[in-house]
Amino acid sequence: MVKTLGWLCAAAAISLSVGAAQADTIKVGVIGTMSGPYALFGKNYKMGIDAWVAEHGNTVAGHTVEFVYRDEVSPNPAQSKALAQELIVKEKVQYLAGLYFTPNAMAVAPLLQEAKVPMVVLNAATSSITEKSPYIVRTSFTMFQNTVPAAKVAKQKGAKKVAIAVSDYGPGIDAETAFKKTFETEGGQVVEAIRMPLNTTDFGPIMQRIKNSGADMIFTFLPAGPPTLGFVKAYIDNGLKAGGVKLMSTGDVVTEPDLPNIGEAGLGILSTYHYAVSHDSPENKAFLALLQKGGGKLDEVTMTSVAAYDGARLIYKMIEATGGKSDPDKAIAAVKGMQWVSPRGPVSIDPDTRHITQNVYLREVEKADGKLINKEIDTFKAQPDWGLAKQ
Amino acid sequence: MQTLLGILPDALAYGMVLFTISIGLSIMMGLMRVVNLAHGAFAMIGGYLASFALTSLGVSYPIAILIAVIGTVIVSVPFEFLLYRRIYRRSDELTQILLTIGITFFIVGIANYIFGPTSKPIPLPDLLKGPFDLGLRMIPAHRLFVIGCGVVTAVALWLLIEKTEFGVRLRAAVDNGDMAEALGIRTQIVYSATFALAVGLAAFGGVVGAELLPVEPYYALRYMVTFLVVVSVGGAGSVTGAMAASLLLGLADTTGKYLAPEFGEFFFYVAVIVIVYVFPHGLFGKAH
Repeated sequence: MVKTLGWLCAAAAISLSVGAAQADTIKVGVIGTMSGPYALFGKNYKMGIDAWVAEHGNTVAGHTVEFVYRDEVSPNPAQSKALAQELIVKEKVQYLAGLYFTPNAMAVAPLLQEAKVPMVVLNAATSSITEKSPYIVRTSFTMFQNTVPAAKVAKQKGAKKVAIAVSDYGPGIDAETAFKKTFETEGGQVVEAIRMPLNTTDFGPIMQRIKNSGADMIFTFLPAGPPTLGFVKAYIDNGLKAGGVKLMSTGDVVTEPDLPNIGEAGLGILSTYHYAVSHDSPENKAFLALLQKGGGKLDEVTMTSVAAYDGARLIYKMIEATGGKSDPDKAIAAVKGMQWVSPRGPVSIDPDTRHITQNVYLREVEKADGKLINKEIDTFKAQPDWGLAKQ
Repeated sequence: MQTLLGILPDALAYGMVLFTISIGLSIMMGLMRVVNLAHGAFAMIGGYLASFALTSLGVSYPIAILIAVIGTVIVSVPFEFLLYRRIYRRSDELTQILLTIGITFFIVGIANYIFGPTSKPIPLPDLLKGPFDLGLRMIPAHRLFVIGCGVVTAVALWLLIEKTEFGVRLRAAVDNGDMAEALGIRTQIVYSATFALAVGLAAFGGVVGAELLPVEPYYALRYMVTFLVVVSVGGAGSVTGAMAASLLLGLADTTGKYLAPEFGEFFFYVAVIVIVYVFPHGLFGKAH
């Protein structure tokens, strides 16, 4: 018995000393779509984070930072929650980051307070996510943030009757609400609001319905990925573009990797978004150079790489502020109100909503040097998340 | 009336895509008694090959279709020789399902590895691009092409099975394999040729239907149920049945999407339940 106790003590001592040695490595769990139809965006997380690490090294305040990746694949809340638990319990991560889909981010949120782990959301764009836990910050965008300017532009461009078609899930409904509210306040009329199931691939009937509604502009949001291409093609091929119906969308529908597939028929499509790969600034040029140096291809860059790059900045700041110790309150306090110039333009973290305040750009699909790009033609400065902002 | 005219061309096009892809599966299930869950995977291979031929080799659209069909048949040869040959008309359904779903996962993984996870474009020739004015409404020119392909496929298959020497042999081999063999029909060759035909049709459907069912690695799994449903509603092995089922289900799905898009595929499956309830062997199926 005594002998057993002795062994136990020895074991405990060893595990303690191992624990102390490990404290020098701070792990950050990144949950992203690394495989499946949305893998491009997970790949961009990694490209963005790698770029940050390449620029700033992997040590902060004497601690080595290690990023551990997990694959979220698809909108699957239970699986994402399990991945987060595994990262917290087994990998002992001090920070979480990533999450492409809203339902997945929502499922992870309740764990944060209990585990005292701050999380940086790198994509999921439903406004209310940051309200689900005080330990969430977000460096991506929200539907409200990008949609409110879209509705204002729609009015300026002379649209009177708009048909809204959005994917039938959290961010889609946010986009619909934001557009409808803003556009009607501005004096426009919404003649049709269609919610399309996430797995829709044939948009012909929807286009026909929009056409019959007599709308002169479509506003749409679908999560960036395979369906957006089908939607834009259906819009062109069903004669709506030729018939003078304009298409207005958030930038998710015309991500740069999809533009070559949409082809020249896409010229002139308007969108509002927080980041265009063609954004003209020294910060963005340096960022793109870093991505390419790290093996990334320019044709594959999407908004998630910028969100990840800025997310890594926040995580480094939090580690620095806490001296590498687990102190989520101090960590979150350190990034509230933080300001910097991101590759997308000047940004800051709103201390109340913990969401990123940034410029939203109006872009038009144009051809430059033989390549289709989203050319920024107007800027809406320092947009907060209109869904959470106190009005 | 305007609504109806709005829906019908889309319904017809979607139905024809379903038909072109599913008819190969119907032949496999009806004539060879193989529940080939990997059918969609072969359609997907066709799509990938066409995409590769068009974007990387720069060939014309008809040539790309040809490359896709022949290429997919060639790819399927080792599968036929090593695996499918063992399950024609003999083994129980469980073995068939486990084998073919295994093949499906295998092909999904390989496609993901080689071509990446994003959907692949199949650029259309200028002739099929853009809208076509029907007078009543605009329709994508490509949809008309798809409808034409469906009709041609149906007529050609009907002629092949009902009017040719090969069709006679095939039907003989199917009705009574041993007797057909005793009469000098080499059933193994007939079966292999039918398998190649089914795979080729899948590839063809995968290419021409790519505008409606985009080619990506999960294609094989995503539409598996849809194709199976068409076959079971139409009755396995029946060309007429597959055609009727495709058009009916295409109509149900498109109407649902037009009138109540938020219901998703609800109307599609309601139609399936009703038809299968009234015709347990499918519209034109025979009880086995």
